[in-house]
Amino acid sequence: MIPDKFEYFAPTNLTDAVSFLQQHPEDAKVLAGGQSLIPLMKFRLAAPGYLVDLRKVPHMDLLQERYGVLVIGAMVREARMESSPLIRQRYPALMETSRVVADPIVRNFATLGGNLAHADPANDHPAMMVALRASVLAHGAKGTRTISIDDLLVDTLETSLTPDEILTEIHIPQPAPQSGSAYCKLERKVGDYAIAAVAASVALDGDVCTQAGLGLTNVGPKAIRAAAAENFLVGKRLNDETISEAARLASESADPTSDLRGPAEYKRAMVRTLATRALRTATQRARGGV
Amino acid sequence: MTQQVTVTINGQPYTADIEPRLLLVHFIREVAGLTGTHIGCDTTSCGACTVLINNIPAKSCTILAVQADGAEVRTVEGLEQNGQLHPVQAGFVEEHGLQCGFCTPGMMMTAVALLQNNPDPTEEEVRWAISGNLCRCTGYVNIVKSIQRAAKQIREEHSPSSPKPEAVEVS
Repeated sequence: MIPDKFEYFAPTNLTDAVSFLQQHPEDAKVLAGGQSLIPLMKFRLAAPGYLVDLRKVPHMDLLQERYGVLVIGAMVREARMESSPLIRQRYPALMETSRVVADPIVRNFATLGGNLAHADPANDHPAMMVALRASVLAHGAKGTRTISIDDLLVDTLETSLTPDEILTEIHIPQPAPQSGSAYCKLERKVGDYAIAAVAASVALDGDVCTQAGLGLTNVGPKAIRAAAAENFLVGKRLNDETISEAARLASESADPTSDLRGPAEYKRAMVRTLATRALRTATQRARGGV
Repeated sequence: MTQQVTVTINGQPYTADIEPRLLLVHFIREVAGLTGTHIGCDTTSCGACTVLINNIPAKSCTILAVQADGAEVRTVEGLEQNGQLHPVQAGFVEEHGLQCGFCTPGMMMTAVALLQNNPDPTEEEVRWAISGNLCRCTGYVNIVKSIQRAAKQIREEHSPSSPKPEAVEVS
């Protein structure tokens, strides 16, 4: 399968990339790792007239903690998230998420920025970013702005980025002392999109939950924040009973449709099970366990 | 509009004026004429088109040739050196790591990259590494054995105390 014709531009700096997008506001797409966009173009589900490849733009692959936030450059590849000591030690849930994105070869090229900007509800990072209350940096003709993950994700394959904006960095608050996160995904086979998946993040003060984040993958038009479950958990002691109730509330926030991966009812039930598991693991990690 | 790109494949530079929409796998097969790299599913699933780009495994059906401009690509044709099979190729021969052979070039390129980073992988690590390469004949058992045999051969070749294993002749 061959994509439709397009013109290709590989600028060496962000300013040129943005001005190119400005010149072609309706018909240009940004190319990062290409592992979602190129398949779409081959199927002719997307046929942009212009592609702006970010591969030569410098400083797009930062991966470091800075002023209380983890900064992930938009061009950081999934494979790097799996091997980075910083991510392994401080953000195991992010490593866990990257490890279940597609397959190892795809992960050599797939990027975190692309995963979010593509805004596919079946992608794994959006829900994790919802749970971790991440934000992104968008660079456009009018300058740079910060967008919270909830504001970034608008609908299926739709973000709040303007046509001349490029997602350049992802910012994740550094973990609080007693906190933990986890990502639990159910898939038919390695490399597949989730039947359903749940990202959970909790912070504790003793046994009491002070912060909770819950994001749901592939059970709605975009990654869903299970707000009712989050609100229920804050101020509660985390135990089997409260986790079970939060998981039930999370499954009510899901909005799945029936498809090849199963009927909606089944997916909702799986959200409940996966939310239980993710919350248990996140709680164990917050208490200092693995 | 065409663009000039140069991609070095197995040490030899290939320069061509191409449309940006040309996929790397077509550049390799049709511009360079190296048909060892196969097109299987054409949808980023099967891994038959796996090649190494700057030593990193990539599904060449999902990379544009223009993205590989200036890169070093290694394909299955680049494995054999001076008439001697690469240990991964020898491993597949010895352990019957293929039946129809369609997935084999991609499978071997993934294995070569794995063994560069992990000279002594466990079965689990091999299975994890090849999880993006599909084989519809062998059930993977012999493929895993082939890769582990290759790992052993490479380790022995690099250990000065062990005798050099017999070379496998290319017919």
